[in-house]
Amino acid sequence: MSQNVTDLQTAAAEQQAEENTAARARVGATRLLRTLLRNGKALAGLSILLAFIALALLAPVFFPGDPARITSAGASAPSLEHWLGTTTKGQDVLGLTLWGARSSLFVGFAAGILSTVIGVLVGLSGAYFGKGLDDLLSLATNVFLLVPGLPLLVILAAFMPPGLGTVIVVLTITGWAGSARVMRSQAMSIRGKDYVAAAQVSGERPLRIMTREILPNMASVVMTTLLGCIIGSIGAQAGLEFLGLGDVSTISWGTNLFWATSDGSLMLGQWWIFVPSGLAIALVAFALALCNYAVDEITNPRLRRPKHATKSTAATTVARKEGK
Amino acid sequence: MSFLLRRLGFYFLAFWASITLNFLLPRLMPGDPVTRMLSRSQQRLEPHQVEALRTMMGVDGGPIIPEYFAYLGRILTGDFGMSISRFPTPVSEVIASQLPWTLLLGLTSLIIAVILGNLLGILAAWRRGGFLDSVAPPLLVFIGSFPYFWLAMGALYIFGINMGVAPMRHAFSVGLVPGFNLEFILDVAAHLFLPALTIVLVSLGGWMLGMRNTMIATNSEDYILMAEAKGLRPHRIMLNYAARNAMLPSVTSMGMSIGFIVGGALLTEVVFAYPGVGYQLLAAVQGLDYPLMQGMFLTITAAVLIANFLVDLVYVRLDPRVRKG
Repeated sequence: MSQNVTDLQTAAAEQQAEENTAARARVGATRLLRTLLRNGKALAGLSILLAFIALALLAPVFFPGDPARITSAGASAPSLEHWLGTTTKGQDVLGLTLWGARSSLFVGFAAGILSTVIGVLVGLSGAYFGKGLDDLLSLATNVFLLVPGLPLLVILAAFMPPGLGTVIVVLTITGWAGSARVMRSQAMSIRGKDYVAAAQVSGERPLRIMTREILPNMASVVMTTLLGCIIGSIGAQAGLEFLGLGDVSTISWGTNLFWATSDGSLMLGQWWIFVPSGLAIALVAFALALCNYAVDEITNPRLRRPKHATKSTAATTVARKEGK
Repeated sequence: MSFLLRRLGFYFLAFWASITLNFLLPRLMPGDPVTRMLSRSQQRLEPHQVEALRTMMGVDGGPIIPEYFAYLGRILTGDFGMSISRFPTPVSEVIASQLPWTLLLGLTSLIIAVILGNLLGILAAWRRGGFLDSVAPPLLVFIGSFPYFWLAMGALYIFGINMGVAPMRHAFSVGLVPGFNLEFILDVAAHLFLPALTIVLVSLGGWMLGMRNTMIATNSEDYILMAEAKGLRPHRIMLNYAARNAMLPSVTSMGMSIGFIVGGALLTEVVFAYPGVGYQLLAAVQGLDYPLMQGMFLTITAAVLIANFLVDLVYVRLDPRVRKG
C-alpha cells in the first residue's frame, strides 16, 4: 500500500518536473525565435527559404500536368510565353525548376534531418555512457569522417537500385558522422555539469537525463548542425544526380542539370537551361547558411559585428592609445 | 611519438574498414553485378576470367570468410583485378595513369585556397567591421553556396564558349607530347587554371570564416595585449602572435577538407573532362566497371588517409602540447 503511495508521489513529482522542463524549453524556444526574427541575417534567410517552400508547394497550381512532357517548342530563349525559355525537349524551364524544388527540398530536408537524428543518438549515447561504447562510436564516427564522401556516395549509388529512397539513405550514410562528432563534444562538456550529476544521484533513468537534461541545453548546436546537414545534403544530392546516379526519372534540380549537360545545352550556349536550377540550389544553401550564421551570432556574442570599424583589441585602453 | 603511432593505427583501421566495405557492398546489394557487367563487355572475357570476377564479387556464393581473407591479400599486394571497360588493362594501371592529374588539380587548389583564405581571415579579424570584414564574408558565403560543378559549368560557358579564351577539355592540348619543357608546362597550366579557380572560389569562404572566427577569439587573449604593451609593430603581433596561434584549427580542418576537395575535384573533373580519378570513376560507373570503381574508391581513400597523416606531422610540429602528451 505505502509502496503504491510513494510510487504515485514520485510519479506526480516526475510529471511536475517534466512539465517544468517542457515549459522552460518552450520559453527558450520562443525566445530563440524572437531573437532570430530580430536578426537581419536570420530574417533574410528564413524569407528566402519560405519563398522556396511556398513555390515548391504551389508548383502544381502554376504548372498543372506533367512538366517533363516533351513538346515541339524546343530550346527557345526566355520569352513572355515561357519566362525562362524551354529545354531542348521543349519542356518549360520555369516549370521544371519549380517542380524540381519539391524533390530537391524534400530529399535535402529528409536526409539532413535523418543525419542529425543519428548524429544526436550516437553523440549523446557515446558521451553519456563513455568507456567502451564511446570508444567504439567515436571510432566509427572518425572512420566515416575520413572516408571521402563523394566517392563513397558514387560507389554506394552505383551498387544500390536507383530511386529517391536510395538517395536519402546514401546521403544519410555519408552525412551522419559530421553531426555525431559535434554532438559528442558538446554533450561531453554538458555531461560534466553539476546538474547532470544531481540528476544521476536523484536516480533518474539515463534516457531521461539525456533527453531532458542534456539535449535541451545543446539546442543551438543541434540547430546549426541540422542546418549544416541540410545544406550538405542538398549539395550532395545535386552532385549525385548531376552525375546521373540519382533517379533520372524524377524532376529535381540535380536531374535538371544532368539533362542540361547530356542534351549539350552548355555547348550550344543555351544558358537559360542550366542557370535557374543552379541558382535555386545556391539560393537555398545561402539562405540556410544565413540562418546558421545568425544562430552562431546569437549564441556567441563575440562574433557579432561591432557598430564601428575598430581594431581587434580596441576594448582595452592600451590598444586604443596605440591605435590612434 | 605515441600520438603519431596512435594516428597511424587509426588510419590503418580506417583503410581496413573501407576495404571491408568494398568487399561487402557487392555481396549485400540485390541483383548480380557480374551479369550486368557481362552484358556490357560484349563477350570479350574468357570463361575463367568470368569465374574470377564472380569469385571477386561474391556472386557464386562461396564461403565468405576465406574469400574475405583472399580479397584482403589481393588488395594489399596491389591487385585490384582487371578493368572491364578498358579490358584487359589492370585496374591499378588505369588508376596510376589518372592519379597524377587529380593530385595536381586537388593540391594546387587546396594550397591556394588555404593560403588565400587564411590571409583574408587574418586581415578581416584584425580590422573588425572594416571593409574586408563586412564585404568579403557574405560574398564568399554566397559564392560558396553554389554547387562546385555548376560554378564550373558557368566558368566553362563564359570563358570557354563565349569568350573562347580558356581550353574546353582535357589536361593538355591534343597532339602535344608530354615532357618537361616550357611549352608543355604552360599548356598544362592553362588547362588547370579554370578548374582550379572554381574549386578555390567555392572553398575560399569556409577557410576565411574559420580563420576569422578563431582570430577573433585569439585577439582577446592576454598575450596579445602584452605584445601591444611592449610596443611591438602591429603586423608582427598580427602574424607572429595572433595568427600563429589561431592557425591550429585551420590545420586540423585542412586534414578533414582533403576529402571534400577530392569530391569537389571529382565533379569539376567531370565538367572539364579533366582526365583525373574522378572523371575515370564516373566513366567506370557508366560502364558498370565494378572492379575499376572499387579500385578507384580505395585509391582515393588511401590518398586521403596519407594526406591526413602528413597533416598530423605538420600539427605535431606546430603544437608542442601534442608532442609531450
